[in-house]
Amino acid sequence: MRYRRRGLDITSHTLLILCVIVFFLPVWMAIVAATHTQSSLYTGVAPFWFGSEGFGNFLAVLSDPVGRLGTDATRLLVNSTIMALGIAVGKITIAILAAYAIVFFRFPFRMLCFWAIFITLMLPVEVRIMPTYKVVAGLGMLNSYTGLILPLIASATATFLFRQFYLTVPPELLEAARVDGAGPWRFLRDILLPLSKTNIAALFVIMFLYGWNQYLWPLLITTESDYMTVVISLKRMLTSADNLVPWHTVTATALLAMLPPVIVIVLMQRYFVKGLVDTEK
Amino acid sequence: MATFQRHRLTPWILLAPQLAVIAVFFFWPAAQAIVQAFYIEDPFGLGHEFVWFENFARIFTSFEYLRALGVTALFSVSVAVGAMSLALLLAVQADRVIHGAHSYKTLLIWPYAVAPAVAGVLWMFMFDPNLGLLSAGLENLGIGWNHRVNGGQAMLLVILASIWKQMSYNFVFFLAGLQSIPKSLLEAAAIDGAGPWRRFWTVTFPLLSPTSFFLLVMNSVYVFFETFGTIDATTGGGPGGATRTLVYKVYEDGFEGYDLGSSAAQSVILLILVGLLTLLQFRYIERKVQY
Amino acid sequence: MMRFTTSTLALGVACASVSLSAHAATEIEWWHAMGGELGDKIDEIAEEFNDSQSDYEIKPSFRGDYSETMTSAIAAFRADEAPAIVQIFEVGTATMMAAEGATYPVHELMNDHGADFDPDAYLPAVTGYYTSSDGDMLSLPFNSSTPVVYANRDILAEAGVDDVPETWEELGDVLTQVVESDAASCGMTTTWPSWIQLENFSARHDIPFASEENGFGGLDARLQINETAAVDHIQRLKDWQEDDRFRYDGRFDEAAPAFYTGRCALLMASSASLAGVRANAEDFEFSVNPLPYSSEVIDEPQNSIIGGASLWVMRGKSDEEYEGIAEFFSYLSSPEVQADWHQFSGYLPITNAAYELSQEQNFYEENPGTDVSIEQMTATEPTENSKGIRLGNMVQIRDVVEEELENIFSDEVEVQEGMDNAVERSNDLLERFQRANS
Repeated sequence: MRYRRRGLDITSHTLLILCVIVFFLPVWMAIVAATHTQSSLYTGVAPFWFGSEGFGNFLAVLSDPVGRLGTDATRLLVNSTIMALGIAVGKITIAILAAYAIVFFRFPFRMLCFWAIFITLMLPVEVRIMPTYKVVAGLGMLNSYTGLILPLIASATATFLFRQFYLTVPPELLEAARVDGAGPWRFLRDILLPLSKTNIAALFVIMFLYGWNQYLWPLLITTESDYMTVVISLKRMLTSADNLVPWHTVTATALLAMLPPVIVIVLMQRYFVKGLVDTEK
Repeated sequence: MATFQRHRLTPWILLAPQLAVIAVFFFWPAAQAIVQAFYIEDPFGLGHEFVWFENFARIFTSFEYLRALGVTALFSVSVAVGAMSLALLLAVQADRVIHGAHSYKTLLIWPYAVAPAVAGVLWMFMFDPNLGLLSAGLENLGIGWNHRVNGGQAMLLVILASIWKQMSYNFVFFLAGLQSIPKSLLEAAAIDGAGPWRRFWTVTFPLLSPTSFFLLVMNSVYVFFETFGTIDATTGGGPGGATRTLVYKVYEDGFEGYDLGSSAAQSVILLILVGLLTLLQFRYIERKVQY
Repeated sequence: MMRFTTSTLALGVACASVSLSAHAATEIEWWHAMGGELGDKIDEIAEEFNDSQSDYEIKPSFRGDYSETMTSAIAAFRADEAPAIVQIFEVGTATMMAAEGATYPVHELMNDHGADFDPDAYLPAVTGYYTSSDGDMLSLPFNSSTPVVYANRDILAEAGVDDVPETWEELGDVLTQVVESDAASCGMTTTWPSWIQLENFSARHDIPFASEENGFGGLDARLQINETAAVDHIQRLKDWQEDDRFRYDGRFDEAAPAFYTGRCALLMASSASLAGVRANAEDFEFSVNPLPYSSEVIDEPQNSIIGGASLWVMRGKSDEEYEGIAEFFSYLSSPEVQADWHQFSGYLPITNAAYELSQEQNFYEENPGTDVSIEQMTATEPTENSKGIRLGNMVQIRDVVEEELENIFSDEVEVQEGMDNAVERSNDLLERFQRANS
């Protein structure tokens, strides 16, 4: 017997569909605006249907310098990709190693190391932004990919999550490996990493989004347009002095900026949800 | 737990990258922030004066700081409550329908991938006082919309954009939580004659409360830090400081006002605040950490 | 075979020219905040200078908006990597000036490095902002503009108005006519409210914005806008807001679209917005008019003050670099280069010669409206109230003032209360600046 009712079902569907539509509305408005010219946008209320430009504005931002930036959106997207991948790969790599050391080894100061790593969880880069900026400037890393990536790797979220996962690995596995004469590196490579595949995929999605969507940090340290990310370029377009907001290019760029992470999340949804829900329950 | 012994060096090699990164980009700057908080310094670093706790005293007596505190609290609560209740409502619907729960998940999950700044830009376009669709609609209803002068409306704008982005995160959790509730429990309640409304409040909701508490903390953290992008791209903390959060103020005082001492002191205060929040989180829901 | 030889040859030539220029020219870094077309123009100016001689090479680089450029220059100075020349917006002047160990005043630089430098050649209304109280030029004005009024003539005609009045009092009547005749739903709007409605209002009426000659006289200057006619002016705007004669539309340039779309009849904005207005006012006739004055406060209005940016020279560079900068600044101030930059960008010329040259070239006749700002700037000798504003932490002070204006225009506070708050909060910042720099 089911405790469901048909009438309720229809209400539920209606409500859900309505919300799906409302959630899509801002994107729809942006898609439509991106197909207009600046002057047709400024004639009155923003249009609800496509304009004359088609993909013209998209092609224009991808190939010509955007706004006052002196660089095109292709470059911005490449920078964002490098940053997001750098953060995702970097964070996962050092996290796998560090968590491995903490869980599978006994050594002096182990707990101190654990707490030193753990405490970084409490302070996102936003809180220590000024001094971090000074350190990075002192190291000559302003306007560089290393400067973009390294400070954001310095939070131990991933390390912590891998530790949680390693703790669930049956001790028999390690015993068996030791009996077979496997050293720590072989155990990591042949047994632990294959076991962690799903977790790595899930973390990859989360960290890729985290990296791609970063705002404050890249805003501060990329003053040269060669290293600017696509999310930051939006802010630069919105604040151009003595000028109208070029909404037709702003919306086109905004859509380009959201496309890669949305594709990643939709394609890897399974891992993403698993990563979120499993690691946090 | 079984461990490797007799490998003295290996753990240090494994830990080295992580420790190096946090030493240079975490502990060093954090220490500098603490030192800087006790100085008044000119922007170029040519002269500075040790002032003990004066920076802190100024902050706590400053109307702007207390206002930013209030703004942050209002903003956090609104976004958390808004995003969570909407998510719960939708998750319950999605859990209830026989077909399509998965499709709805796909159709609702994507805003989570959108950068907060981009979310802000999209909503700002809809509410642009001169061009926006929604602002024009409101004007037709006789409600003038201008978030550049009306603080309440500016706040509403950033809240909406933040809810829009954050809802999906909560939705995923609530849906997973709902789906893990044994159906037999609900069926038993149904046999006892409980209607859907009562079943929700007596069975489902209590079982969801750990998830809810966890989400509450996560949402506050989100509002605290990640909404910086939304605010900076849309309202810039204005009008009249109506949307200036604590993190925004750290940035403004440090990078636009070059008031390094005050900015550092605010960082230290935030550091303590967030530390407390994290401890709370660990105290009540162990092992659930994700920024 | 043939292809092989040509490319080898080309390679050889390339190597030769690279080593030649590396050997000969001293590189001078110039950080600026001009994107887009203005940025291209800067590259062009630098290139022409580089081609005109072989000893120095100016290397311009775009560093984001004004605030970001200043922040990165300061951070770079602290990391010993400062550029030789940096473009700093007018509100950063006091901060740069107070950093005596970091900046090299232009008048000293020009004298030390033997460039022919005649302070009298410059337009005092423009250079005054960047001059010490002794009359020494601290930084070289680069892009300066001043507020003017843009009027939608079609709307005015529809309302039966022929001329844009010169005084605020008359303007009030005219805007009532505009709104009541439904020619437009809003009378006037303004960009940069603090700059136009307070800083410039005070200058134009010869009343102090702050004590100590608006800060030119010393670090102990404090704001005075809560005790002058500026309060009445904000009250006037507030009253006008009630009956739609005034519309508040943001701190920066957000107000411009309200003028372009015909919502507002008048726009008060920077003279450098002329190109933008011309490009966007497709459907209507517009005119450029001087900033109004209040006949109750002053009989003959003073000059307005400038906004924009100037070029600062940083310390810690080699003598060769400074000689190069001196030569470059002379080049930049030459009538031809100045006139070209002025005519291209819409910014004010910085020398008399450039102004005269533009007159000779009939630039103002061919481009009506371009001379309004210059005449408004040069009609009178600047007084201590209209020379400019020289306040520490001015970036923040402007934010504070804008914020309190927003509180006033959104009915959060009464006008006097808002102005008092603005002054109190700003004075706290001034006090702090004084302490950090003494």
